Amino acid sequence: MESWRAQPAVFWAFVLPGALWLLLFFIAPLALIWLLAFGERVGPVEIDITWTLANYAGVFDPVYIGLFGRSLWVATVATVLTLVIGLPVALAISFAPARLKPLILLLIILPFWTNILIRTYAMIAVLRSRGFVNFGLEYIWQLGTAVLAPFGLDEAVMGARFVPLELLYNNTAVIFGIVYVYLPFMVLPLYATLDRLDRSLLEASLDLGAGQVRTFFSIIVPLARPGIVSGIILVFIPALGTFLISDLLGGTDSLLIGNVIERQFKAANNWPLGAAMSFVLLYVTFAILAIRAWVAGREGGLGKA
Amino acid sequence: MARREPIGPLDYTRRLWLRLWLVAVCIFLYAPIVILVVFSFNDSKRNIVWQGFTTDYYVKAAENASLIEAFANSLVIALVSTVISTVVGALMALALWRFRFPGKPGLDGAVALPIVIPEICMGVALLVFFNRVGLSSAFAYPFSLLPIIIGHVAFSFPFVCVVVRARMAGFDRSLEEASKDLGASEWQTFWNITVPFMKPGLIAGGLLAMTLSLDDFVITFFTAGPGTLTFPVQVYSMVRFGATPEVNAASTILIVVTVILTVIALRLQRPEKEAAKLA
Repeated sequence: MESWRAQPAVFWAFVLPGALWLLLFFIAPLALIWLLAFGERVGPVEIDITWTLANYAGVFDPVYIGLFGRSLWVATVATVLTLVIGLPVALAISFAPARLKPLILLLIILPFWTNILIRTYAMIAVLRSRGFVNFGLEYIWQLGTAVLAPFGLDEAVMGARFVPLELLYNNTAVIFGIVYVYLPFMVLPLYATLDRLDRSLLEASLDLGAGQVRTFFSIIVPLARPGIVSGIILVFIPALGTFLISDLLGGTDSLLIGNVIERQFKAANNWPLGAAMSFVLLYVTFAILAIRAWVAGREGGLGKA
Repeated sequence: MARREPIGPLDYTRRLWLRLWLVAVCIFLYAPIVILVVFSFNDSKRNIVWQGFTTDYYVKAAENASLIEAFANSLVIALVSTVISTVVGALMALALWRFRFPGKPGLDGAVALPIVIPEICMGVALLVFFNRVGLSSAFAYPFSLLPIIIGHVAFSFPFVCVVVRARMAGFDRSLEEASKDLGASEWQTFWNITVPFMKPGLIAGGLLAMTLSLDDFVITFFTAGPGTLTFPVQVYSMVRFGATPEVNAASTILIVVTVILTVIALRLQRPEKEAAKLA
């Protein structure tokens, strides 16, 4: 690595396009809504920056606090589910024969190449009351009724008629959608750490008499921790800010903070409040990242000691 | 008869439950998309149960002028933003890889920021910014796509930067020195030594940028001006209006285009890998 002074012209040619783009089209817009969060609406489009805290106070209205609570809850449940579903998948890929690995990996990533809107839309046909999950359940119901009918037990056990489950337009649908859309984000970092895992440690654990379950929880999980943490962050942050999934799959009682932010900027046209909400969401994100850095730093320190 | 080897304690992939799990996850990932594609051929307006095969809805989608325009716009956005993100991201990666300079950790962190912050925050920030600067309605078509392209570059060039930088980590700088010792200029060295080595990283990064652009909904939704048609926003309004087979047909076309582009990009990348193996 050389000092930038050695080749200033080359250095500036390399650094300027990206730095300017970042400054103009990322930092400046964020700074602008940071300012707007301290503004007041004085007309349909005019906003005066009065350094008021009313917008931040508005975010702490019980209604919005409830929304933040629900967003945190939905994102947490969805993240835990992706972890539980993704860990065995990552394990299976990293222990697969070398020639199959890229293929299975590709199978997991491939859906990620489909537009998020299309994937979310595809969920509707699966989950709606006349959707494929309910068709499957109805088929099982018919089968059960047919089997039980000769014994006269059909109505007692299976009910007089099939009642479809309400799977769409509620929080469960939103969680389901998040798991569906972000599962690759969990599997990839998990796979990356599990693949580097020292196999002899697992063999040692099994040789010394620990069972598979104990080996999993005392050896694999602790060693895969960096991947688990990365996966959790990669799923949790977008899940917390999602608005498309909750917009299409959620009902009126499953609005998330992303939907409310979107409304402030589009339909409700209350930019200062929306800006304050965005920044609360950003501060939550930064807090999560800071905790992660702090944990990583502490573990690094312990490792050296 | 050849006996199969017994499953070893670490042969996790050969365990039945893990295989079933993998199959179940693949069904979970693919079934909705397969259903979507199959039902784009369904001869039923309500599109709930299978009625019969038809390609009517593809014809209908092809005759839908605004959908075609939106589709073309989205491809243009993806292509232009991929080219810009690849160049800007690669240059940034080279700067961070090659030079020591004051404020480097700060720039490093700032470049990573668009990757980690929630998309909606970036979306609304760009909406307000373009609105205030007057860029959201300053240009006539096709330059009205500019704000969307700018937004796409802003979130995808950091990804290119990460990928290219990872590639450059394996570069032997003595090659550059040798080139310069042998009389090549800075420019010649860059073009004949650095860029060829960087190429797989550039292709991978460009592919990622294109995928991100085609996959994006949120940034496009917030940066598209009132009169600008883009594929995700168009499909979004169709979905809100009702799930017709036409939406399925349009989605299927986008899936096919994305898969074809990805396969082409992977093909382009492969000879590179073979060459690297030989070297």
